[in-house]
Amino acid sequence: MRHLLRTPAGLAGTVLVTAMVVLAVIGPPIWGAEAEHIDPAVILQGVSDAHPLGTDNLGRDILARVLVAGRLSLVLALLTTLIGAVAGVVLGALPSVLPRRGARLVTGTVNALVAFPSLLLAMFTAVISGLGARGAVLGIGVALAPGFARLTQTLAASVAGADYVAAARMLGVPRLRIMTRHVLPNIAEPLILNLTQALGSALLALAGMSFLGLGVQPPSFDWGRLLFDGFGRIYDTPAVALGPAVAVALAGIGFNLLGDALARAAARGNATVRAVPGAGAVPHEESEPDPEAVLEVRDLTVTFPGGVTPVRGLSLTIAPGEIVGLVGESGSGKSLTASAVGGLVPYPGEVTASRMRLCGNDLDDLTEQRRRKLLGTSLAMVFQDPMASLNPALRIGGQLAEVATVHQGATRAQAWERAVDRLDHVRIPEPARRARQHPHELSGGMRQRVVIAMGLMGTPRLIIADEPTTALDVTVQRQILRLLRQVTAETGAATLFISHDIAVVGELCHRVVVMYAGRVVEELPVERLATGAAHPYTRALVASLPDMETDRSQPLASIPGRQPAPAEVGPGCAFADRCELASERCAELPPLVPYGKAHRVACWEAS
Amino acid sequence: MIIKNLTVRFGAFTAVDDVTLEIPQGAIVGLVGESGSGKSTLAKAVTGLVPYRGEITGADPRRIQMVFQNPYASLDPRMTVGASVGEGLRLPRAERQAEVERLLSLVSLPATLAGRYPRELSGGMRQRVAIARALGARPELLVADEITSALDVSVQGAVLNLVRSLREELGLSMLFISHNLAVVRYVADVVAVMHQGKLVETGPTEEVVGAPRHDYTRSLLEAVPRL
Repeated sequence: MRHLLRTPAGLAGTVLVTAMVVLAVIGPPIWGAEAEHIDPAVILQGVSDAHPLGTDNLGRDILARVLVAGRLSLVLALLTTLIGAVAGVVLGALPSVLPRRGARLVTGTVNALVAFPSLLLAMFTAVISGLGARGAVLGIGVALAPGFARLTQTLAASVAGADYVAAARMLGVPRLRIMTRHVLPNIAEPLILNLTQALGSALLALAGMSFLGLGVQPPSFDWGRLLFDGFGRIYDTPAVALGPAVAVALAGIGFNLLGDALARAAARGNATVRAVPGAGAVPHEESEPDPEAVLEVRDLTVTFPGGVTPVRGLSLTIAPGEIVGLVGESGSGKSLTASAVGGLVPYPGEVTASRMRLCGNDLDDLTEQRRRKLLGTSLAMVFQDPMASLNPALRIGGQLAEVATVHQGATRAQAWERAVDRLDHVRIPEPARRARQHPHELSGGMRQRVVIAMGLMGTPRLIIADEPTTALDVTVQRQILRLLRQVTAETGAATLFISHDIAVVGELCHRVVVMYAGRVVEELPVERLATGAAHPYTRALVASLPDMETDRSQPLASIPGRQPAPAEVGPGCAFADRCELASERCAELPPLVPYGKAHRVACWEAS
Repeated sequence: MIIKNLTVRFGAFTAVDDVTLEIPQGAIVGLVGESGSGKSTLAKAVTGLVPYRGEITGADPRRIQMVFQNPYASLDPRMTVGASVGEGLRLPRAERQAEVERLLSLVSLPATLAGRYPRELSGGMRQRVAIARALGARPELLVADEITSALDVSVQGAVLNLVRSLREELGLSMLFISHNLAVVRYVADVVAVMHQGKLVETGPTEEVVGAPRHDYTRSLLEAVPRL
């Protein structure tokens, strides 16, 4: 509701609609008598102090009539919308409840009605059911129904495919009950939003019908009727027609603005995040930059408005030819870390770091242009979904060649040749033919190879692979892991491999960095992962993972509770409330301290 | 329960090709295969969600229940946990609440959870709720389709333990589908391997894992990542 009043459009819509409702309630009792008062002495008068909008042919005050007509206009619009919505929702919902043949018949009818011009449908119904308010309401109500039916049908179809509907069907819940308990409640929101806008259209359409003489008949009057009565005099006394016209326009605008604002507020409501002030990054001691490192990040923090801090003071160094695995559960901040390095954190996220060096260059010191050039030529990114990196409308070869023409100034022929060569290098069979194909013609594994080949068009110094094998089958995963290892060895690039799967990380990487709730909790050589991990979280992760040697007679280890959301992380150790070893000290944040050779851990109780 | 010569066709495409598989009473049969192998389609056929040719004998179709992969999509966001779990129960209102509590306790969830909405629960808890809902129908067969693959590793273990304890305590028969051989090996008594719609190997878990006979099983085993 607050969002609704915050935008000018939402505020205007709410004010107009509220005014309209108030007018409908108080209008007739206050001005009713004046509106009906016939005074032969003042017929057909123009604007005067006594009659600001003039009088009609029976000497009745037009301003009073406009104020009184609000109720009938609104009530008729409500009735019309109700008829349209009820008929539409029933028609739209029927196909989900009826047996197949009946459903087809209803769907076909709705399709035909949607294709039929709604004005014709309205007039046709109005003429059949007789002139007057009843005909207009029925006519426009019927004309609104197909739109509602189509919307309901589309929304219901998307909900009907949901797993929870399948589950209810398996439990033997009857179709009608599925409709009322599962489908309708879940599509109510967009339907209600549509209702507000339909109210506006109904009001305008009814005014239109009355204006044409097909709607409200004397002695009743609505705004459209008043407009019709005043229209003949528009050239000598414009006010008599303008009064009702302005009322119709304002009401129509009000409903439409309110509908728009409601729709926007609903869309925003889905994305709101709970704000809890989070603890800031821990200052890291100043140290000399590592000249050998390809990537050196110190105290990286990513914040979103409202105190949401998914990455908290992360430090990371990767040497040439080294594969570092970044593991953590969903929500641990691992993917955002990769985005921050690539400069891809979405708005309104804010990235800060005391140091961010790539290939010996401080990224903060570079101009925007040089920074883009450096990232464009020395960074290769591979994502979980290869289609996210490939344009489905372009040929693969062309997309690869673009890298060479944009960043390396190659001619188109040279670039194409290199593209084919790179595709061959990642072992894509028949690379020349594949280069002419579109991404959808390739399997998932082949597409991921194409993305890797794209990274190899330049000479990458850093490869960031974010869950590159999660969507792939195990046998294909194995091939992609092998390819990544080979590419790293050949190019001497540093590779940051991000995964939720500690087994995959253990197989591929040289060094493992474990993240929990935005912080690094442990960093260790891969050989120590299986048996030498020190942090209770890492140990629990390793223990809870079944492998081909797990003792089947014993229950698996599991960690009670869940990882705190980025907005909920407190000042102390984030793992403490799930940890068996937790003590009072854990209320204070444990620093990441050396623990043997090339091994660091952030835990007070690690031993 | 016996699945006999089951075939599912979508137009000209044969998703499941003449599969015959026995699920012994009180056993967990693990079904492994890669994407497109037809394992999920087989599950849908067994639960009656897609039409098929062939025969399923030895189980009342109304008492075959399924738990889905994504616990974020399988619970109605507008219904409380209690309403979801109680939906399929044919019981008077007074008894219904007690039964919901019993079902929640079967999956080690507190009864107080009945009044909560799915959005307040973690993925692991939602998956338990989905299992409790399926148990409410007193299933003769529970089909679990990749029930741990959308979960984080730290809660996956708890769900797998639950699956095993349900088999031991309730004698539940289960068709446990997963692409992860290590997970299947841990929970299943019998392993069936599917490839391109066909069943290529079936046998007791230790045999299939220890001495695979089919080349495809061997390549699957080799591809399992190890720490």
